[in-house]
Order: sequence, then structure tokens, then C-alpha cells
Amino acid sequence: MALDTLYHVNTPEGISLRLSPAGPVPRMLAWMIDILIRLAINAVMFSVLAFMGNTGMGIGLIITFLLEWFYPVYFELYKNGQTPGKKAFNLYVTMENASPITPAASVIRNLLRFVDFLPLFYGFGFVSMMISNRFQRLGDLVASTVVLHKALDHNVLDEIKAEPITPPVSLKLNEQQALIRFYQRRPYLTDERADELANFTGPLLDKNEPAPASRLMGISSWIMGNR
Amino acid sequence: MSAIRQSQFVNKHEALWKHFDEWLDYQELSRWKKRSKKNPIKAPDDLDLPHAYRQICHHFALANSRLYNPILVERLNKLVIRGHQKLYSTRTHFWRDILQFFAGGFPALVRQEWKVVSIAAFLFYAPFIAILVAIQFYPDLIYSVMDGSQVRDLESMYDPELHDKLGRERESDSDVYMFGFYIKHNIGIDFQLFAGGMLFGIGSLFFLLFNGIFLGAAFGHMTYIGYYDTFWGFVVGHGSFELQAAFLSGAAGLKLAQALIMPGRKSRGRALVDNGKIAVKIMYGVIVMSVIAAFIEAFWSSSVMPVMIKYVVGACLWALVAAYFVFVGRKAT
Repeated sequence: MALDTLYHVNTPEGISLRLSPAGPVPRMLAWMIDILIRLAINAVMFSVLAFMGNTGMGIGLIITFLLEWFYPVYFELYKNGQTPGKKAFNLYVTMENASPITPAASVIRNLLRFVDFLPLFYGFGFVSMMISNRFQRLGDLVASTVVLHKALDHNVLDEIKAEPITPPVSLKLNEQQALIRFYQRRPYLTDERADELANFTGPLLDKNEPAPASRLMGISSWIMGNR
Repeated sequence: MSAIRQSQFVNKHEALWKHFDEWLDYQELSRWKKRSKKNPIKAPDDLDLPHAYRQICHHFALANSRLYNPILVERLNKLVIRGHQKLYSTRTHFWRDILQFFAGGFPALVRQEWKVVSIAAFLFYAPFIAILVAIQFYPDLIYSVMDGSQVRDLESMYDPELHDKLGRERESDSDVYMFGFYIKHNIGIDFQLFAGGMLFGIGSLFFLLFNGIFLGAAFGHMTYIGYYDTFWGFVVGHGSFELQAAFLSGAAGLKLAQALIMPGRKSRGRALVDNGKIAVKIMYGVIVMSVIAAFIEAFWSSSVMPVMIKYVVGACLWALVAAYFVFVGRKAT
């Protein structure tokens, strides 16, 4: 069983894409940004249209209707699956097989938002996200779409230096690989997180090791051939 | 470890990856931004997308199998996903598709889905007619559907003595207001009828029956107290589109419910996806029909005019809608 939420899609080119679906929390935050944007648009629009009397109100109602149902559709289709809120959190909507979202799918997932919202504040949507294995709300299930994290830019850093330390026990191949991965990811982890991860390695560390992460870096450096 | 081989690998292909990235960045700009002078991204050299994409797929596979640096693998994974999105995006003839859909696809689809459509029509019209007739014999029934103030509002809206001319009179500028109101309100109800299908059909069932009973009661009461021309003259025109759109969105909802309740030999998930594609097409039709209905209701139904003309036009509209669903799109199927 996989511990993380990644899933793979095989493409015709014979490779498998690694995709990471977004959970309820970033999606809710993104949704809240979108709601605020829509409220702001509504407020500005109605205060301008108020000068036009009833005609203005009529136009205003049509625009609120469009904003309510088709605001996400527009952004999903024309802005690479990202509403402003999703863009802020580096999320995007796509088909399950990682191809761009189709117009029909976008309309389905946004019309069905109504049931996802029931009975209170995305109750059904939340339950559905917890049950499905790709965090899909009901609208996503019917449209076969999924909300993914967009990978951030990381550069390969080769110039990390650590004093090699001879490992106290002999390590299997997959254990060595795990350590090398840790070594390479170290620049992108905070010190606290690195220590936390390093503490899982048990026998590699002395009791009450003051700096578990840097000791592990030394061992990794030794595995990679530095003496 | 393959640190040296990895750096050779990166050096060798870095140029292509960068070029690919920049090319995609440029492609994602809108047409307007590409032309503007402030555009931060210059047009990169042309790129043979399928070829470059296949090469990068190859690099990704190599990097994976040679256990290169996970950060490098991650970067290639990202490039490959972007390429995949670009290469497999579909270009549709949006307007032509829409035209074809309404010139034949939509009525053909409604006939093809005659089972759910007739169930929805029955659920909507049976209570509608039943209560309309019942109120002629038991007029107090109206108060079990609406409360007193609602009934009074309804009566004053169509009271012939309050209007010297026929029809509902309004300032002309409020026509646009009512148009906006009908769009927001009526299409909102249609969307609820559709989405309610996801609750195993209970939502659609409820909204169909509820709207059937409520509208039927209003029709029955107006008929009973004798406001024939003000009321029927007003509703007959737009009713042709609006009532049909209402039960069709219920039918789209039932289509979703069908996938949940009796998915047949498919899994429920698969059945939902397949039926969803059909249901959303019905909803496209419903949206257009409701907009037409709102337009008629706001600008025609409210106009002041001899009532006979309204009845004649109303009858023509009903015949038009019926003919559209019965005859149009036969050749294609």
C-alpha cells in the first residue's frame, strides 16, 4: 500500500507520469480566495450599476448568475485549469489522465458543485474526497477530473559538502538509496524537518545525537564514495 | 554512484529542456500578450513538439531507471507533464459544434433518452395537472401549498381590476431587471434539478414534484378565481420553453441517478462518467431554452397587447417547441 497520495498515469510514450492530487485544505483555501474575488467583483459591479437604475440591476443579476456558475469554468478552460485562487496555491484542474480539462467536464464539475456543497459547507464534497483515493469531490468523480499540485521549481545542487562518516552497521541497497535521496533533498528541507526525518533511522545515530541530520549527511557522503 | 554520469547527462540535454520550457511558457501566453511590447518572454525558436516531447520522455525514463537525483527526476517529470498537457490538448470547433448540436443533436438526444425524459415529464406534469384540476373543486387546497400572503401577492400581480389593460404592466426599464431576475432564478432552479440527481435521484425527484405542485396550484388558483386573461395570457408564451426546460433538467438529473441506482454491468464510477456526458449535453440545451424563456417572459409576456394575439403566439411557441423535439435531427440519426 502506498503511503503517499501520488498516482501514476501511463502515457503512449511508455513512461509513467507521477501526479500528486491536492487534498481538502489547500483546495478550501483556494476556494475562499475565489469567493472573496467574486464578492469584490459583485460589490464593485453593483455600486457602479446602481446608477443605471433597474436596467443596471438586471444586468447585475445576469452577471452574478454567470459569476456564480461559470467563473470557474472560464478559468479552467482558458487559464490552464487554474482559477486565481488555485493559482495562488499552485493547484490546477485536469482530467484524470493528466490531459487538459474538456469543456464538458468543466461544466459538469461546476454544476455539480451544488450537491457537493450540501448539506452544509461542502459536506458531501468532503466525504467524497475522503473516500475516493484521489481526493475527488462528487463533481470530479462524474467529470473524471482531479485537482493536482503543480510541481515547484527545484534546482539540482551538486556542491553540498559533508565530512564522510563510516556507517556503524552495513546497509542494504534500498537503505543506501534512501540515504542518498535524503542527502539530495536536504537543501530543500528546514533544519527541524531534516532532524525529524533523520531521527527515524535508529541504529545509524548515537544515543542523544545532537545533530542527527548532519550525521546522516556524513554517512550518505561516505556511501557516495567520499572518504 | 552515478554523479559524474548524471552531470554529463544533464550537460548534454540541458539546452533541449530549457528550450522546451521556454517554448511552452511562450505558448501559454495569450494572443494579446504575445503582441504587446512589454512582453517579458521573447519568442523562442520553433520546436518540433512531438519529437522534443518524445526525447524528453526518453530522458525521464532513463533518469528514473538509472536512479538519478530525485530532484532531477522531479524536474523531468514536470517537463513531461507540461508536454503531455500541450500535446494532448484538443482543439474543438467550438461554435460549429454548438450550431450542430442545436440543429439536430439536442432533439435527437432527448428522443434517445426518452425513458428518463418521460419519467421526468410525468413527475412534473402529473402533480401539476392533478392539483390544477383539484383546486377547481376544492379551492381551499391552495392554502395547503402556499400561505396566505403568497396567495395575496399572486392575486394582486394578476388582478384585472388593478390593471386597466391586459397583461402585467411595468416601466420599460424594469424589463431588463426582470430578464436578469428570471435568468438567475429559473436557471438556478434548473441546475438544482440536475445536481439533485447525484443524491440517488432524490433531489431531482423532490424538485420535480415540488415545482409541479407549486406551479400547478398557482395555475389552478388563478383559473378558479377567474383571472384567465391576465394570468394565462401572461404565462402561455414563455411557458412553452420554461416548463420543458424544467423537466428536461430533471431528466438530466435522473440520468445521473440511473448510474448510481442501476449501473448495469459497469462500475458505478464508470457509469457516472458515461451518463454525466449525456446529462451535461441535455443541460446545454436546458440553459439555452431557459434563456429564451427568460427573454420571452421579460420582453414579450409583459408587453401590453390584445390577449388574443398572446394566445395565438403562445400556441405557436408551444407548437414550435413540440415540433423541434419531434422532427428536428431525424436525418442524422
